[in-house]
Amino acid sequence: MLDWQIIMHYFPFLLKGAWLTLQISVISVLLGLIFGLIAALCKLSHNKLLRGAASFYIWLIRSTPLLVQLFIIYFGLPQLGIDLSPMVAGILGLSLNAGAYNAETIRGGIISVHSGQMEASRSLGMSFGLAMRRIILPQALRIIIPPLGNNFIILIKDTSLVSTITVIELTMTAQRLIGSTYKPFEMYLMAAVLYAIMTSAAALLLQTFEKRFALERR
Amino acid sequence: MKNNEPNCMVEIRDLHKHFGPLEVLKGIDIEVANGEVLVIIGPSGSGKSTLLRCINYLEEPTSGEIYVDNTLVNDRSLKHKAFQEHLNRTRCKMGMVFQQFNLFPHMTVLENVIESPIHVMKQDRPTAISKAEDLLEMVGLAAKRDNYPATLSGGQQQRVAIARALAMEPSVMLFDEVTSALDPELVGEVLRVMETLAREGMTMLVVTHEMGFAEKMADRVVFMADGFVVEDAPPHEMFTNPQHERTKQFLAEVLK
Repeated sequence: MLDWQIIMHYFPFLLKGAWLTLQISVISVLLGLIFGLIAALCKLSHNKLLRGAASFYIWLIRSTPLLVQLFIIYFGLPQLGIDLSPMVAGILGLSLNAGAYNAETIRGGIISVHSGQMEASRSLGMSFGLAMRRIILPQALRIIIPPLGNNFIILIKDTSLVSTITVIELTMTAQRLIGSTYKPFEMYLMAAVLYAIMTSAAALLLQTFEKRFALERR
Repeated sequence: MKNNEPNCMVEIRDLHKHFGPLEVLKGIDIEVANGEVLVIIGPSGSGKSTLLRCINYLEEPTSGEIYVDNTLVNDRSLKHKAFQEHLNRTRCKMGMVFQQFNLFPHMTVLENVIESPIHVMKQDRPTAISKAEDLLEMVGLAAKRDNYPATLSGGQQQRVAIARALAMEPSVMLFDEVTSALDPELVGEVLRVMETLAREGMTMLVVTHEMGFAEKMADRVVFMADGFVVEDAPPHEMFTNPQHERTKQFLAEVLK
């Protein structure tokens, strides 16, 4: 059934693609987290302008497909004189996309922390920012981690879409190898296994993190 | 206008508070002298808690003036950023204790107490810790310093909350129904800590339903109803010879 020889021979190539996928994932997860946190705080701000901007960003991203967003960034922006490398365009698209979803997750976590916590902090002379950083976010984190982890895993899988803008990551590597081997089943299967390994490792990591956070307050 | 009485710690002038169309405070005037214990009683919805929360600017007063230790709390002549800084400074002069304790659940008892001294007052850690240990000793919880709040009883949590507020070395303490969420057998331990504080000369504004505490510890009792101060008298007079019909009704209900 399976051509094991082909699999053994081409596995290192796919591994190289997976390595790039991993790099894209990690950078996009981190940037997506930063974008999400900024957008969440803006959306919770008393400033109408910040709130409006954050709402618009979240709406824009969530109401359009990631693939179209990537195309606009990579193929569309050069028309405005903004020429990004495939890698930069891909990471930007992925992290902006993840940021919008993370924003809602983070905002949900923050507002689920009892309002008395902010009041107690402010009554002790803390500024809003200090209270957020020291009191609210650490508590929100515990609530946020599971759904945020879900977003991370979706992001890892979505990196396959940047293959469409010529980034030679895992999916693109598989496609290219199919071009020369005519073995789509083997190649895509290997890609799938590698994706599964990466997402499972991420899930495991998050689980440990979640447990440690839950234990800390016993 | 600011009263020039030097001994005045809290002064409230014609304080109004609206929540949308609802007027919760309808012109409150109260003065509290340095070292005085003022107990505020009244039916629920009378505006007692809102009054305390306005003093600390947890609620924004609609109009009127609040002075704490000769500083105008709601000084709206200040620009946004300056006002926030002014507020943070002014709040350090007031310790507030809440009905729901509001301890930080992700920090130990000791960390709860030293959090603001270190991050707001910029005390160094050893100083903050040694002061926190003294305060925890005072509220009888020195042994619980490394516990998380969730492992403490309500009464213990509330005593930690008092220690946490005291760590900021406030000039006045605001107690907002601090025993209302406690099981009856835990009320006493919290009231005893408050009595100690009162005896040490702390200026205190206490919103409570504990008439026993009011009778024993208050220098003055204020009865509020429907957003007004109905009666302001020493506890003995308030409880034995109330002047207003509304006060009589209320006391008849709660002292039954």
